Amino acid sequence: MIEFHLDSRSGVSPYLQIVQQVRQALRLGLLGVGDQLPTVKEVVAQLAINPNTVLKAYRELEHQGLAGARPGVGTFVTATLSDSTLASHGPLRHDLERWMAKARRAGLDDESIEALFRNSFRTFRDAAAQDIA
Amino acid sequence: MTAVLAARGLGKRYGRRWALQDCTLDIPAGHVVGLVGPNGAGKSTLLHVAVGLLAPSAGSIEVLGRPPAADAAQLSRVGFVAQDAPVYSRLTVADHLRFGARLNPTWDPALARRRTEDLDLDPRQHAGSLSGGQRAQLALTLAIAKRPEFLVLDEPVASLDPLARRQFLQSLMEIVAEQGVSVLLSSHLVADLERVCDYLVVLVASHVQVAEEVDTLLGAHRRLTGPRRDPASLPGDIEVVEESHTERQSTLLVRTDGPVLDPAWTVEEVGLEDVVLAYMGRAVAPARGRRARLGVAP
Repeated sequence: MIEFHLDSRSGVSPYLQIVQQVRQALRLGLLGVGDQLPTVKEVVAQLAINPNTVLKAYRELEHQGLAGARPGVGTFVTATLSDSTLASHGPLRHDLERWMAKARRAGLDDESIEALFRNSFRTFRDAAAQDIA
Repeated sequence: MTAVLAARGLGKRYGRRWALQDCTLDIPAGHVVGLVGPNGAGKSTLLHVAVGLLAPSAGSIEVLGRPPAADAAQLSRVGFVAQDAPVYSRLTVADHLRFGARLNPTWDPALARRRTEDLDLDPRQHAGSLSGGQRAQLALTLAIAKRPEFLVLDEPVASLDPLARRQFLQSLMEIVAEQGVSVLLSSHLVADLERVCDYLVVLVASHVQVAEEVDTLLGAHRRLTGPRRDPASLPGDIEVVEESHTERQSTLLVRTDGPVLDPAWTVEEVGLEDVVLAYMGRAVAPARGRRARLGVAP
């Protein structure tokens, strides 16, 4: 069983924080197939958050194929996130490091590099979300 | 889904002064709704009209599809905890429960007993000697043991210390999870409501500025910072809620359905409190952005 926590200053909506924490626990192997997620009432009583937030998070996990609800019992993990993309991490990291070295040679300091990456990533993500919609 | 509360042009006047005016609002069922606004915005007045303690001076209001306090049946469908959780200080906890059982035809004695046990409330203790947190929990117990469909709370945590505040909201959320009751609670602090509410109504000077699901609100607002720019030059699908400018920089809080693609802007997500404050600021001083433009860059 895992416990959730919320960062109210992160700007990430609470339901997404729960989804991310479950995904993280799956990635790290803290949760496996068949494990039960905390019941809605447990999460609500622990975090003092809206039950709909928890339900929404669990529905999203179901939608992602990671969890399934057994009526009257609870929500259970149905798949793991053992990372199949792990093999491609190496080359991608290598590309990114090359890019960072290039940015440094162009005179950017750490903060500028981070800001540039963040901004580009956000634009990329928003544009991708727009394409789906 | 049916509305738990539907108001049309609702107003309440005390003598010549309007405490609430031209308020139009639809709140869907199945939510925990936060009603926020500055002091004097008309929050308490709206809640008192909704539970039937005040009669409207203008307009109409329906709660769960019927006029407030229409009859005994309607009264038992709505629970109310008034500001500062009023209890009878010279009555004991057990007296309060007996009182509640006598006055409410739908009273659930098992629920009331279980809650007082869970909260470690001594039935023989006088309400006057309870802590603020315990008093609030007792008032909540009385309101919920009548098994209402709609629970209304006026500033329930304003006078509580942070721990009691958290415990009260935990209790409230447990009740919502167990009983599926719709809740409307007011506060002048967004931080109190951020976690518990999934729907937000912002009331400023008796006008509804925002009435929307919290996730929709958070998803639609962004803070843009970049070189100084006239907001009128932004694409049409971007609505500026709040703006401030220095000589070189513009900071905007905007509402938009799509992504902001202009690379000149740094785009950040915005917390609920900032969104709410932006709408409050806009309602109070619409010309604020223009005045700020005279400011000198630090």
